[in-house]
Amino acid sequence: MFVNRKAPYGSVYALEGLEVVLISAAFDQDVSLAFIDDGVYQLVKGQDTKAAGMKNFSPTFRALEGYDIEKLYVEREALEARGITEADLLVEVRVLGRGEMAALMDEQDVLIGF
Amino acid sequence: MLHIVNKSPHERNCLASCLAHAREGHAVLLIEDAVVAATRGSAASLAAVPAGVSLYVLAPDLQARGLASQLAEGIRAIDYRGFVDLVAAQPRVQSWL
Repeated sequence: MFVNRKAPYGSVYALEGLEVVLISAAFDQDVSLAFIDDGVYQLVKGQDTKAAGMKNFSPTFRALEGYDIEKLYVEREALEARGITEADLLVEVRVLGRGEMAALMDEQDVLIGF
Repeated sequence: MLHIVNKSPHERNCLASCLAHAREGHAVLLIEDAVVAATRGSAASLAAVPAGVSLYVLAPDLQARGLASQLAEGIRAIDYRGFVDLVAAQPRVQSWL
């Protein structure tokens, strides 16, 4: 499971994390993604980086399905703290409460944070 | 699970988020800038430790910052060998970057 905790564009973590997710998928790993804290901003619809002169990598999240990466989990508390709703997100996700997320993390073979 | 935190709780929310996801039987190890959370003066940063979660701090990082004498109660200071033992004792590791 890849645990994403950082907003996109302010640092390279989000983009690098996504690259690693794609590489793992190429090696047939059973991949799941968790979005907690500022990581939920990575999935917000309508990202437009043209004026900022950066690469908008958010469409890649929509392509994950094609790599059989379909387990995307978003923490409810993180959304609520930021005034974001499930309808604001650009992909289908499963929204979990913090306790459920903690339990899910506890079941993973490997956890990699970005 | 062994949770590893390396950022000061005064600068980032890594420790708070880690503690919010830690469960009974887990261990939390404070290294690098996170060792400041292990001092008596920063006790508030560890107020939300769930029951059954054990706390450790990497002594060399605490000593490097001149904070060894300020270690709060209930936190075990360990060396690099102890770090390895912790990793070996827990089924998985999560680093809160």
